[in-house]
Amino acid sequence: MSSINLDQLYRRVIMDHYKNPRNKGELADGGLTIDMNNPTCGDRIHLTMQVEDGIVQDAKFDGEGCSISMASASMMTQAIKGKSAEDAVRLSKAFSDMMLGKDLDEDLDLGDIEALSGVSQFPARIKCATLAWKAMEKGVDSDANPN
Amino acid sequence: MISKDIKKRFPILDQQVNGHPLVYLDSGATSQKPDVVIEAVKRYYENDNSNVHRGVHTLGNRATDEYEGARQKVADFINASSVQEVIFTRGTTTSINTVAQSYGRANVSEGDEIVITMMEHHSNIIPWQQLAKETGATLKYVDLEDDGTLSLDKVEETVTDKTKIVSVMYVSNVLGTKNPIKEIAEIAHRHGAVMVVDGAQAAPHLKVDVQDLDCDFFAFSGHKMCAPTGIGVLYGKKALLEDMEPVEFGGEMIDFVGLYESTWKELPWKFEGGTPIIAGAIGLGAAIDFLEEIGLDNIDRHEKHLAAYAMEKMSEIDGLTIYGPADPDLRAGIVTFNLDGVHPHDVATVLDMNGIAVRAGHHCAQPLMKRLGATATARASFYVYNTEEDVDRLADGLRIAKEYFSDVIH
Repeated sequence: MSSINLDQLYRRVIMDHYKNPRNKGELADGGLTIDMNNPTCGDRIHLTMQVEDGIVQDAKFDGEGCSISMASASMMTQAIKGKSAEDAVRLSKAFSDMMLGKDLDEDLDLGDIEALSGVSQFPARIKCATLAWKAMEKGVDSDANPN
Repeated sequence: MISKDIKKRFPILDQQVNGHPLVYLDSGATSQKPDVVIEAVKRYYENDNSNVHRGVHTLGNRATDEYEGARQKVADFINASSVQEVIFTRGTTTSINTVAQSYGRANVSEGDEIVITMMEHHSNIIPWQQLAKETGATLKYVDLEDDGTLSLDKVEETVTDKTKIVSVMYVSNVLGTKNPIKEIAEIAHRHGAVMVVDGAQAAPHLKVDVQDLDCDFFAFSGHKMCAPTGIGVLYGKKALLEDMEPVEFGGEMIDFVGLYESTWKELPWKFEGGTPIIAGAIGLGAAIDFLEEIGLDNIDRHEKHLAAYAMEKMSEIDGLTIYGPADPDLRAGIVTFNLDGVHPHDVATVLDMNGIAVRAGHHCAQPLMKRLGATATARASFYVYNTEEDVDRLADGLRIAKEYFSDVIH
């Protein structure tokens, strides 16, 4: 018998972010623009970020996808605002570890994001959850290493 | 209706998934395998495994006889006029790429046209995009009608005397639509073009007669028709295949090898470079025996019934959209749908937690998804082993999904 159930995946806070996404839309004045999609399922994210002096000043996302991918994008933008690019990437790595079911550093405050830990029980959905984070990492990387 | 006992022939179906008896509704992606196919592959490896077309020894002869015997079964299965017209490949994708790279490069040039449709699978789009880019030819699309069918008038308008290749799927992997291949082939031929058919969703489910269709090439995969993965077929008319160059060179496919020049074996072997997919072909032969024992017409009727039953049951659910033709006579056993306000991934996860396997995503048909105005859809696809009870379980599962997400449905 199965010991996992839907409530472990679809926590209340996730559904709240899905229904009322934070930072939805597009930043008006330029900054970093990253488009990424998940070719296996069609999920798509359009992320705009303002990074100044190594600090993520603002971030917004737009896109289409399932509850997990959109809630994760909403939480991600909320979490990285005001953080240094370095800390944002560190958080993304921690998020990846959480998806793999690894134990996390106790000092790390994940806030709402912790609610996504149940996704690790649903291997087919991990890519949904990590899409926005991958886009953010790509943006930070392109800011640090412009062509 | 096909007897429910057929389910017992598929060992994998006898299991619990997430605490519920498995209902497998993803045969459009790959079918499950009956005992006879699994046994045929096992028997081959336990008794006859050897390379083909070279051994003087007994095992080599047995393996060759079985491999070539499977080719004859395929030829009979699709009513090819000669066994030489049956080439074993890795699957539909490889078959279509072979046509594009061999026939296409030799016969398509700048200013020519290649015609496909808006409902094609990526495997019947990208080989032609690449060929068009390489040759300077134009790739043209026949749009679909709002009911998810193709209009022959639109095909007439799109195909011209510049068209060299028309390539169309027989059955849509998303809409379930059965396309009028014979009529499209007639239009193609009238303009001097060859007709290529992506038969991936047709060969497993309905009686295919390549001579009656009068298609020039017909591609399909074994794994969607009870056979192992990794084996597929390219049928081609002998006169065309004889003039075509191989696309893979090496062992197995040669007649004479000199230092700077070589010559090829005769058909079909010149297209089968390297050690062939022997066990896969033998498995395909066993799958064909199995399907013919049931009867392709029975399978077609069974799936059409299940699709009609599913559409009836699903239409009772508010906010559920079904894509493709409403008339069951125009479609095969594929029902693609969306539940209002719930993303298909979420629907598929809820169904999976209830033991029901469906596909969610773009189904390797991104241009079609765009045309339908959907980024993703969920799909239930049926095969011989599915029953009305499976459809009932699907409908129940959809109600659970709807209920579960009722808080967030806008």
